[in-house]
Amino acid sequence: MWAYATRRILQAIPVVFLSTVLVFLLLHLLPGDPAMAVAGSNATPRQLAAVRHDMGLDEPLPLQYWIWLQHLAHGNLGRSVLSGQQVSLLLSQRIPATMELALAGMVLSLAVSLVTGIVAALNQRKAVDWVIMVFNSLALAIPQFWMGILLIIVLAVVLGWLPPGGRVASGSNLGASLKSLAMPAIALALPLTGGLSRYIRASMLEVLYEDHIRTARSKGLAERAVIYAHALRNALLPVVTVLGLQFGFLLGGTVIIESVFSWPGLGTLMLDAIGNRDYVVVQAGLLYLAIVFILLNLVTDLLYGFLDPRIRSGSG
Amino acid sequence: MAAQPLEGAESALGGPVTRGRARWNNPPSPTAAALGRTIRNPMGLIGAAILLTLMLTALLAPWLSPYDPLVQHPGKELLGPTSQFLLGTDSLGRDLLSRILYGTRPSIVVGVLAVLLGGGAGIAVGLLAGYIGGWVETILMRGCDTLFAFPPILTGIAVLTVLGPGSLNVAYALAISGLPSFARLTRSVVLAEKNRDYVLSGRAVGLRPGRIMVRHILPNCVAPLLVQLSLFMGIAVLAEAALSFLGLGTQPPLPSWGSMLSDSRDYLRTDIWIAIWPGVALALLLLGLNLLSDALREALDPHRVNA
Repeated sequence: MWAYATRRILQAIPVVFLSTVLVFLLLHLLPGDPAMAVAGSNATPRQLAAVRHDMGLDEPLPLQYWIWLQHLAHGNLGRSVLSGQQVSLLLSQRIPATMELALAGMVLSLAVSLVTGIVAALNQRKAVDWVIMVFNSLALAIPQFWMGILLIIVLAVVLGWLPPGGRVASGSNLGASLKSLAMPAIALALPLTGGLSRYIRASMLEVLYEDHIRTARSKGLAERAVIYAHALRNALLPVVTVLGLQFGFLLGGTVIIESVFSWPGLGTLMLDAIGNRDYVVVQAGLLYLAIVFILLNLVTDLLYGFLDPRIRSGSG
Repeated sequence: MAAQPLEGAESALGGPVTRGRARWNNPPSPTAAALGRTIRNPMGLIGAAILLTLMLTALLAPWLSPYDPLVQHPGKELLGPTSQFLLGTDSLGRDLLSRILYGTRPSIVVGVLAVLLGGGAGIAVGLLAGYIGGWVETILMRGCDTLFAFPPILTGIAVLTVLGPGSLNVAYALAISGLPSFARLTRSVVLAEKNRDYVLSGRAVGLRPGRIMVRHILPNCVAPLLVQLSLFMGIAVLAEAALSFLGLGTQPPLPSWGSMLSDSRDYLRTDIWIAIWPGVALALLLLGLNLLSDALREALDPHRVNA
């Protein structure tokens, strides 16, 4: 296990390194002068020169990267052109909202897909199974942002039950906070719910036909005990291992859901920054999300190797 | 002139292997058989029919549309469905049906282009990495891991920040984000195939590596790649709509389903129809692609019983 873990962690290092290079190059690939991109198009030549010096643009590119990396290691991501604030501060203000949304989406998907997946597997080829199958297909085909709009029409405009957008922080008023979280979380969770439900159903069906289940039944265990004590535990192991990666995709999805619901998270921060040509902020947001995604990938693989001995010995 | 006899000699050597009686499609090819099973599966048939219909719609949009999708009809803004405008009009009095029909174009074109570019480049990278191995493989695959670390929407945002908005740029961005999954898949098939007898004998008679890769190994990758292609087209269509929704994709006044949905957000209290139709069209296309890729996967996997 340790050899596998070490190898897998060593593999992640060049990936993290390359993604910092890609994100660093983003500012330099922009058409025109990066200093102009940072200082704004109506900056005076003196301001431009100052920015160029600040950013170290008068140095060769590899050296610039090295300096940028050192700043990064000290948590210095640069300053926003628009507000003049530290980008690290902007990120730290927005990340909790995005994480709250992604976690809520994850919990919701898991809760719904566990029920629908298990019920469908236990009622294979019956009407319930068929209804859940149709639901899952629709959940996978309906884009999150359209679901968001439909929810706003029904629950906010027509029924008036929920606010159409915005976020109430959880510290102040829990009820209002949950109300503001409900629709974005549902819309975000939709495709993952469909996918997980299918996955759990397939995994459950596979286990239900295995020998140890037949043994459990033949020694006279109650069906309930067979399913909960023997089948479910084995069926859910592979599910645990896909969750890390899926959480990463949920984080990607928050960008668009935040835009639909004016949710003040990382996604809206980045989109506003693109609109304002505040590229340092875009760069930092991308880097943060990419590194979270790489770490989730790594944890998923390690977890998988921990749970399934066959993976460790493979060429992985 | 001197090159002529040399080339002849080489093909005379390679002749029996490449042009002999046993062409790979002479016995019923496993890929063709799997395609047959896909179409015989009702889900696969429905998926293929939806995809084909929407592709034809994209092609024939000028003849199918009752109006020019860009023409504004003053005084007819935000109408619900009427006999004159079957699906209603938008906030500028443009016919929604015509805009929906023309809106198939960016979705289908970006989807197909992303698949061709991303699939083509990914397959090439996978073939090279798998066949050559060594440090070439390490570099290529770590590069793929890195691209893989950015979900499609984020790659889209990054690339479009650099290239600027527009449908074509969206296709490039999505091709880049799709590349690693094709490369990984192709590489895994190549690794399984490259020590088989037919590859070794091809090498023994002196076939060029490029020829072995493209003519002999690649056909064995077709079946698993088909599943990935249909799957990725769904991802690309969805991402195109999402990026257009965010204002980074297809630019107004050109109609696209994503940007139509984005416009609809200002009128949810007055006219919900503009928020309904583009979503229905988009969900239909995605459903078709999902059904098709599910049926393909089922047809290609003999072990899958409980699908």
